Amino acid sequence: MRNYFVRRLFYSLLTVILIATVTFFMMHSIPGGPFTREKPVPPEIMRVLNEKYKLDQPLYMQYLDYMKGLATFNLGPSFSKIGITVNELIVTGFPATATVGFLASLLIVALGIPFGIISALKQNKPVDYFVMFMATLGVTIPSFVIATMFIYFFSGKLGWVPPFGLSSPVSYIGPVVALAGYSLSFVTRLTRSSMLEVLRQDYVRTARANGLREWSVIGKHAVKNALIPVITYMGPTIAALMTGSFVVEKIFAIPGIGRYFVESVNNRDYTVIMGITVIFAAFYVLMVLLVDMAYALIDPRIRFEKESK
Amino acid sequence: MKKRLFPALAALMLVPMLFISCGNKTEAVTEKAAEPAAGPVVMNWNLASDPKTIDPGLNGASDGGDVLSNTFEGLVRERSGEVFPGIAKSWDVSEDGTVITFHLRESKWSDGSDLTAHDFVYGWKRAMDPATASEYGWIWHYTNVVNAEAANNGEVSLDEVGIRAVDDMTFEVTLSAPTDYFVSLTAFYHFMPVKQSSVEDPAGADGAWARTPALAVSNGAFKVTSYKVGDGMTLEKNENYWNADKVGIDKINVKFIDAASTAYNAYVAGEFDFLSNTSIPPTEIPRLIAENPEFYVFPLLGTYYYNFNMDLEMWQDVRVRKALAYAIDREKIVEVTAKGEVAAAGFVPPGFPDHEGNDFFETAGTYGVSLDSGSVEEAKRLLAEAGYPNGEGFPKFTLMYNTSEGHQLVAQMVQEMWKTNLGIECTLENQEWAVFQDTRKQGDYEVSRGGWLTDFLDPMGLLAIFVDGNDYNDPNYNNPAYNAAMAKASSTYGAEHYEALYEAQDILMNDMPIVPVYHYTDYFLSSPQVKGWDRSMLGAIDFTTATVVR
Repeated sequence: MRNYFVRRLFYSLLTVILIATVTFFMMHSIPGGPFTREKPVPPEIMRVLNEKYKLDQPLYMQYLDYMKGLATFNLGPSFSKIGITVNELIVTGFPATATVGFLASLLIVALGIPFGIISALKQNKPVDYFVMFMATLGVTIPSFVIATMFIYFFSGKLGWVPPFGLSSPVSYIGPVVALAGYSLSFVTRLTRSSMLEVLRQDYVRTARANGLREWSVIGKHAVKNALIPVITYMGPTIAALMTGSFVVEKIFAIPGIGRYFVESVNNRDYTVIMGITVIFAAFYVLMVLLVDMAYALIDPRIRFEKESK
Repeated sequence: MKKRLFPALAALMLVPMLFISCGNKTEAVTEKAAEPAAGPVVMNWNLASDPKTIDPGLNGASDGGDVLSNTFEGLVRERSGEVFPGIAKSWDVSEDGTVITFHLRESKWSDGSDLTAHDFVYGWKRAMDPATASEYGWIWHYTNVVNAEAANNGEVSLDEVGIRAVDDMTFEVTLSAPTDYFVSLTAFYHFMPVKQSSVEDPAGADGAWARTPALAVSNGAFKVTSYKVGDGMTLEKNENYWNADKVGIDKINVKFIDAASTAYNAYVAGEFDFLSNTSIPPTEIPRLIAENPEFYVFPLLGTYYYNFNMDLEMWQDVRVRKALAYAIDREKIVEVTAKGEVAAAGFVPPGFPDHEGNDFFETAGTYGVSLDSGSVEEAKRLLAEAGYPNGEGFPKFTLMYNTSEGHQLVAQMVQEMWKTNLGIECTLENQEWAVFQDTRKQGDYEVSRGGWLTDFLDPMGLLAIFVDGNDYNDPNYNNPAYNAAMAKASSTYGAEHYEALYEAQDILMNDMPIVPVYHYTDYFLSSPQVKGWDRSMLGAIDFTTATVVR
């Protein structure tokens, strides 16, 4: 188990480095640069700027330099916000993004899984139809529509929540619902279908035949196995939610890091593009790793290594 | 044609003037005096974006400019096109027009220290120093300050630049030629003084000092007291400002909300007192113009146009270029874009008074171009003369613009007008903004969108870009007569200066290397509770003498 974990950690690290490398070279290959302006920068100033940000060096040198910085968690200065480092941008923006992302993840788990289970147990009953109808809506309505409608009704019409920002606990409701909407619906559907499949398995029938109580059959045996695909899905989803959404952060004016995913590319803010990509990649591989660990806890059939050795 | 234009233009110019006089300062002051115990006067403002910098020497953007016009003050202030004394209480110009001596008033920095002419010398030299790497350094190339351009290009030492502090209260500038617009230019950000100890503080590098409350020493009506990247900032009244008695607001909460619909909803809900232009949803604008007295429209000193790539064989015949320029119904375009824009026949927008006090735009006229569909017959005739009757045989070409719904809309209308009126086919192509800048710079296009806003109060600021060799001469236009007229304009005063400029635009419009479409407008929403704000013709908003009456 420990060997496996160390090996996996190594591969995860390698994945992040690989993602950073590919992003670095792709980013430099698109036309335009951080100092592209409608009113072009004078040549001498351009020379000084390029020198200052080391853009005058050969690309592989810039790459090595960046990776060296990355190894010490120094993500470099932002190009589009002069005098601010990418570390500062992330440190100031991450708490807001992560809080909303974390609450959204909680909401998904707390509602999606129970709804899915109930729906499966009451298959083809009105409850099932209602849950599935809501879940279909949730999957099809884009987050920006949920967000805009939320602001329109609850802020504009009713005045229950502030129109922007995260100034009070109640102001988290809109962003969390908008952010969670799609995944919540998806998890509900996934839990339902997975649960339905598990309920038809032989071991569930055996458990019932052995006279176990229904709650024990469902709670102890069925749900555990039904959750495996849900966990697989939730890993990367949590990574995505915790690093923010451009759309939701923009509409609710949340001072997070989600906006930089799009802004940095538009501005050719190389260091921010890299910083934000690396953060997301790191989160992603970490979640995938955790998911694999969680499998073992849930399903005794899954082992990481042949333990006989 | 002129007749048709005047009422529209007059209305456009009058609207803001009316409102400015509504929110007059006497009223604001008396009302404030009437209720002194009402607590601090607070204003909520959405700036719409987190400025790239709020360091005067580094800034080149309008969002940063909006902040700077409230936190710093240069030698002079320019408001609504008029130049007022700022830190300089007066100035003398030598007989030959090349030496300008500014006499400073006694004033202090926000930290209480004295502000002297040396602070201006430091601020100016720092802004032009190539080591500062200010992207807007090119502004010095237009100043005619002795050696400023050369110093910015790293060719001569900063010591050789024609500025000096004669004594603590006297600042002297030597120009290489008399320059009509120089004094008004000193209202621009790069000409503001900065505090050396803040700028050179290790924690304040690259303009970070201006965002760091402990280091953000300024000399304007307000000082920065908090700043959160991507979120907002707080400006508080600077008690050490020389004119602090006139400052009516104690605190401004500034937000950087870039989602227009969110900001607009918040304004409607009363969370904001003032919304800058990009935080107003474009779809709301026609309605706001029509019915909301809180919505203000101003002419913005710039022009929306299309470039012909003059290096291409297909655009060599001036009759072809003119035909395309004449075949556009500009009134129709501004009716559809509906932000109060002014149809453009020339390149210089309304708002520049000439030596006789007449508006340059009005005096220049329309060069025989109808602003609506009145020149279509003439366009057809020119195209036929050039050998393409009804557009037959004219090569297909591509009109390129940077990706945006607004640009697409204008391009589609122009495409349709060329097709219907001239029988000429063009395809539209859009590119992401930064890619488009490269394409246009490299001349890799047939027709491309252009937009230009000036940074100083003189038609030079626009017309100069079409001089041969100018970095921004995208059509790659080169007419020696035009270059000569512009050279003359850049080194003369008064009548001579403006005559040269009129001549230059005459030449430009006779050669038509561009198709002017419209002149931009600026707009914002201001709650009736906010009174007494002012605005620079260049677009920056100024709350120095404003107040809020709840």
